[in-house]
Amino acid sequence: MTSSIDTLLLTFSPLNLPYSVAVMISILINGVFIFLLMALFATVAVYFERKVSAFMQDRLGPMEAGLFGFKGGKKFWGGIGQTIADAIKLLTTEDILPNDADKKLMIIAPFIIFMGALLTFIGIPFSDGIIISNFNIGVFYVMAMSSVGVIGIILAGWASNNKWSLYGAMRSAAQIISYEIPLGLSILLPVLVVGSLEIGDIVGWQAEHRWFIFHSPFMFIAFFIFFVSGLAETNRTPFDIPEAESELVAGWMTEYSGFRWAIFFLSEYANMLIVSIVASVLFLGGWLSPMRIFNIFPESWLFFDGVLWGIFWLFTKALFLVFVMMWFRWTFPRLRVDQLMHLCWKVFIPFALANLFFVSILELIFS
Amino acid sequence: MDNKKLNVNEIFEIIKVNFSDSINFTEGDSFIIVSHKKWHEIAEFIKDDSRLFFDYLMCITSYDKEDKKTYGLAFNFKSTINHSYLEIRIEVCDEDSVPSVSDLWGSADWHEREAFDMMGIKFENHPNFKRILLPEDWPGYPLRKDFETPEYYRGMLVPKDKTYWE
Amino acid sequence: MSNQDKSIIKAEEMILNMGPQHPSTHGVLRLKIHTDGEVVSKIEPIMGYLHRCFEKHCENLSYEQIVPYTDRCDYLASMHMNHSYAIAVEKLLEIEIPERVEYIRIIVAELQRIASHLVAIGAFGLDVGAITPFTWALRDRERILDLFEMLCGARLLYNYIWPGGVSHDLAPKFVHHTNEFLDYFEPMIKEYDQILSGNIIFVERTADVGIITPEVGINFGVTGPSLRGSGLSHDLRKDEPYSIYDKFDFDVPVGKGMMGSVGDCWDRYWVRMREMEESIRILRQALGRIPSGDVHSAIPKKVRPSKGEIYSRYETARGDVGFYIRSGGKNIPQRLKMRSPAFCNLSVFSEISEGWMMSDVITILGSLDIVLGEIDR
Repeated sequence: MTSSIDTLLLTFSPLNLPYSVAVMISILINGVFIFLLMALFATVAVYFERKVSAFMQDRLGPMEAGLFGFKGGKKFWGGIGQTIADAIKLLTTEDILPNDADKKLMIIAPFIIFMGALLTFIGIPFSDGIIISNFNIGVFYVMAMSSVGVIGIILAGWASNNKWSLYGAMRSAAQIISYEIPLGLSILLPVLVVGSLEIGDIVGWQAEHRWFIFHSPFMFIAFFIFFVSGLAETNRTPFDIPEAESELVAGWMTEYSGFRWAIFFLSEYANMLIVSIVASVLFLGGWLSPMRIFNIFPESWLFFDGVLWGIFWLFTKALFLVFVMMWFRWTFPRLRVDQLMHLCWKVFIPFALANLFFVSILELIFS
Repeated sequence: MDNKKLNVNEIFEIIKVNFSDSINFTEGDSFIIVSHKKWHEIAEFIKDDSRLFFDYLMCITSYDKEDKKTYGLAFNFKSTINHSYLEIRIEVCDEDSVPSVSDLWGSADWHEREAFDMMGIKFENHPNFKRILLPEDWPGYPLRKDFETPEYYRGMLVPKDKTYWE
Repeated sequence: MSNQDKSIIKAEEMILNMGPQHPSTHGVLRLKIHTDGEVVSKIEPIMGYLHRCFEKHCENLSYEQIVPYTDRCDYLASMHMNHSYAIAVEKLLEIEIPERVEYIRIIVAELQRIASHLVAIGAFGLDVGAITPFTWALRDRERILDLFEMLCGARLLYNYIWPGGVSHDLAPKFVHHTNEFLDYFEPMIKEYDQILSGNIIFVERTADVGIITPEVGINFGVTGPSLRGSGLSHDLRKDEPYSIYDKFDFDVPVGKGMMGSVGDCWDRYWVRMREMEESIRILRQALGRIPSGDVHSAIPKKVRPSKGEIYSRYETARGDVGFYIRSGGKNIPQRLKMRSPAFCNLSVFSEISEGWMMSDVITILGSLDIVLGEIDR
């Protein structure tokens, strides 16, 4: 598995650029690519979410704003220009900083959250061989970086100098120490079976044997725990406790507006994508085509392999998980903060530990 | 516990045994008039007595007698055990204060505050005795018949008729 | 979970001002919350932001002119307010109402009860974080509002039930459309049950939270579904039937503590759900046997009651509304006091919510189903 940084460096090598300049350029290209991906995904996902919620709530959703004069009419895809209009509106509204806020920290906070999401993408694969940088500790890096955002949330809540924001930040701090442990423990299972933290190796193992979700019942429980903890990580319902709309107004985002708020939004959707991709890679076979499991036309599934099909399969799986997240959001009420801690500490951690124990025994017996 | 539904005459007979000098009842009326001096004792009695057991205080209405600056309070009671209904009235002048019964019925708390807020009837031993609906510094008690709407409140013109909006 | 051990660590209390502008204070209620971390140690409800001098206005208006003002009290159940006021004035005047008027009144009152409970349930779902039930509830309420629009042209503030009659006779196809609505709505209740009642997160959030014991409930004058959630079968429609409720066959659902203890938020919610079913039962009976007649015949030309007082009670969607009218023998009341159910229901709020967490305070407030219009009057 090659990383795209190496590929770019190889491409630049005939130009005889100084090494540092070449590295800078290739990092920049990748950064822009990630940013565009995040922005595009957020645009599409927000539109999709509004339409999904409208569908679930017997509404029409956005209907008016069009794209290049095409409004879509009263169809499901009506108002496709809505999120673009929203984005323009958010970028042009006045950016308000409260007088008593800690202005420096308040300005920094959204960027820390954004950096957390952006840096995580370095370790995220998009298909076989398409990854910004291939580490031998890939999974570990992704987990570490995706937790950085919480620092930004706490900063934002503290710096706003607003009691609602402070509540949101404190709840977020309480939340991270609850969900991170079951999340880490459930990731440990595939890592234990494969014996490597490298994402390519994990998917490679699944290609040789079977997807991890079908590995054993324990693995299925681990997938469940991972996904639910992932919901908590992305602050989605039923774990949107830090921004609990009906209790804390908007939690840690209360005082933010305009561009800075848009960045929070962007990061939230990017985090959804990250969790979904990681879940697909670790448990759902990543970029492997589902044809392999069914094994119906043994000759034809070879056709569905390859890099481009890999992108297709990976994103299909990830977007399905994103859809499930939206589905949850519009179906479930919100948990209370102590109930989340109860769930994580008293239910998920024992189950995750038991899982680890049983999978280790399975490994000892069968390998 | 006695489950017989009582009418106002029978209730009067029961209360009269202990408090003959401080209650007043005219034949044909639907209410009993109680002196404010003994009100708390009577309230305790009608709440705890097993024949009466008025555990549900529905409403406290304050009213202006329109003469000699006397104000009235009407207490509407209901017993959830024997379903008897009782109206008790207390009539006081401006200087008197009525003992609060908010320690006996929780619902009396806010209703007494409202009576003070609107009619200016003062209550003794109320745990949190202040205005409830109007601002703390509103002048006067608006439901008194001699209340005159102020011209200005905190520098804001108080509209008196609809010409203000038109 | 409640009343946690206060001796462990006690940090400095923080005073949090919730409202008057807040998504879930159901209007312009302000709550001054003393919190110790997430745990609430004291709550002071502060109201009066919507005070419209209802009682003072009434002393300057004739009895007929007060009817539209009663609309504005409980704006989610205006028909109930109209009806309760009309009953009070009719008691004062001692007039008999034609049978047809009574039937029409009961039909609109029960439709209004469904509409009001739908908002209560939807908003309660919103308070615990479920957004979809709210839009579903409003979707179904819309159809009831359409029916009312057909009756009197208004969708929120009807001014429909007058002392002595109703303003308009039934619209030509009203009975047909109401039957259609009932056929549509009855299976919908099961859908609400599926998305909320049995939802494990919803049960976790509401069961065993904010328990009103029967003693506390009666002592604080809590009425309506909030009291029936505590297991007490106190319904004026059954206990002291006004209008013609004694002619109908219906049950009074009470909280049984199916998910937690009796009198918790879940019970109050559940009572509202079952009450909608009972309302459908009443409606089906009433729609089948509306007598013919003139709806205007009993409306008095001049409302001038003789000297005297009346205290009249009525069961609205929120509880026991009382009108204390003191007549001085003129065409305007000398004193009109409205005992509003939400006012008394709210007074128990600080009693039952102390010791719970911030999120529970919202849940408890939502389960009491207050309308600020009638608290502030």
